[in-house]
Amino acid sequence: MTAAARTAWYTGTVVEARPETSSARRIVIDVPDWPGNDAGQHLDVRLTAPDGYQAQRSYSIASAGAGTRVELAVDELPDGEVSPFLVEDLAVGDKLELHGPLGGYFVWMPQAVTQDARPVQLIAGGSGVVPFLAMVRAHADAADPTPFRLLYAVRQPDDVFYRQELAKLAADGLQIDYVYSRTAPHDWPVPAGRITKEALAGFAIPASDKPRVYICGSTGFVELIAGWLIELGHDAGDIRTERFGGK
Amino acid sequence: MSFVTRGFSGRNRERDPRLPPGQTKVEDWPVLSAGPTPKIDTADWSFTVTTETGAQTHWSWDELRALGIEDITTDIHCVTHWSKLEMPWRGVPIDKILAGIPTHAKYVMAHSYGGYTTNVPLDELLNGQAWVAFEAEGVPLDPEHGGPARLLVPHLYFWKSAKWVNGLTLMDKDDPGFWEQAGYNLHGDPWKEERYW
Amino acid sequence: MTHIDGNALAGQLSDLFAFDLTTAIGRCVNCGTAGMIGAAMVYVASPGTVARCPHCGAVLATIVETDDTIWLSLAGVTAIEVAKKA
Repeated sequence: MTAAARTAWYTGTVVEARPETSSARRIVIDVPDWPGNDAGQHLDVRLTAPDGYQAQRSYSIASAGAGTRVELAVDELPDGEVSPFLVEDLAVGDKLELHGPLGGYFVWMPQAVTQDARPVQLIAGGSGVVPFLAMVRAHADAADPTPFRLLYAVRQPDDVFYRQELAKLAADGLQIDYVYSRTAPHDWPVPAGRITKEALAGFAIPASDKPRVYICGSTGFVELIAGWLIELGHDAGDIRTERFGGK
Repeated sequence: MSFVTRGFSGRNRERDPRLPPGQTKVEDWPVLSAGPTPKIDTADWSFTVTTETGAQTHWSWDELRALGIEDITTDIHCVTHWSKLEMPWRGVPIDKILAGIPTHAKYVMAHSYGGYTTNVPLDELLNGQAWVAFEAEGVPLDPEHGGPARLLVPHLYFWKSAKWVNGLTLMDKDDPGFWEQAGYNLHGDPWKEERYW
Repeated sequence: MTHIDGNALAGQLSDLFAFDLTTAIGRCVNCGTAGMIGAAMVYVASPGTVARCPHCGAVLATIVETDDTIWLSLAGVTAIEVAKKA
């Protein structure tokens, strides 16, 4: 899908908006002429105030493939300008201006397209899991044989995005490892704590398997993980990162 | 194509008659950078004025400050549409730095640690219009705001107030600095909205 | 000020190019390293967007944008390599 050739401005209508975590919201937008998007792409949401003032932010798309429904999961930033509006004020029926689909660098495409059979390691921090939802969904929809593994780091169980979807995918065979930095679930075998290089080495596909690695999260998280992966022997060229900014 | 988004009004943006066109008053102080923040120790810091003939004068941190620091209260206007009003600053006037340096040049390129440059007409740095500033809002400048010292030229858009300034080069032509090469106005007067080429 | 990834350029650049520039390869004028533009270090909280070479930090590209105009500089790359659509 060469979606980049069809990047354009679209008007969508919000058809669903429900809490995802205590600070995040899942938003589904119906975009009648959406050309579809690759897994991992993002779009820009542009808001316009009555006096003409505009604010625009990028959000990863949680959905992938053909279709006119675009799904986002937006985390509210305390000092944000767009995310508080999307999480607290946006209502079903509202219209939104979207620019996309964007980005060909941080995408995953099925083996049938790329001819690349190497395993894939996804590493997410907090809301950084959103583009990976698109990837694991696309992987499942294509019945793709590529080995996939997801390492998901959050502060506490309530911060997990797409908990039910991930549980179902895990039951269907997707390998998911969770790391809780602040509070772990009751029955968790290890105490909560910040992710360490040793834990990363234990959970991630080893460098000897030459996996393609995607890391998404805050800048601090991404740089920490990427640095360790290189120390563990992964090639920098095999690692793609998407940083949100911030620490 | 754009339509008004139901329920969106943007951040609480106050209008104030002291604002140039297209500016909004803010109470915080946004950080905008084109690159990584340089970390310069004042023990290693130096300031150099280079004339159009190549003659150089250098000052250490203490030497520059010894020229005489004054208090300034001024408004600043960023080309990205925010302004801060009545901001207190402390710095050495450019008048004192350039006093006694003979030149026929009409323009100046300000240089910074990290490679940033910006051009300003010489006569707009003199007569009490510009400083090398060390403190803002009562505290020494944070590196992310340009510390230990930045140029302060408040009557022009704030990209001209070069962060991490370490020298001025006098030049005969109005050569464009970093943002001026990238699309921004050579002069930058906020009251005439001289933002772009 | 920390940076984000070159993928963030995709939005601004999609208005100018019919292809996705973030997967194009560029060679840094300063250090000669070639890499995907998507891997550049991007500073967006700025009067414009600045993309820097991930190896040496030199400026590869700048983008300044208003509602009706874009100024793009690729002066920091010697050339860009783009795969044609199959």
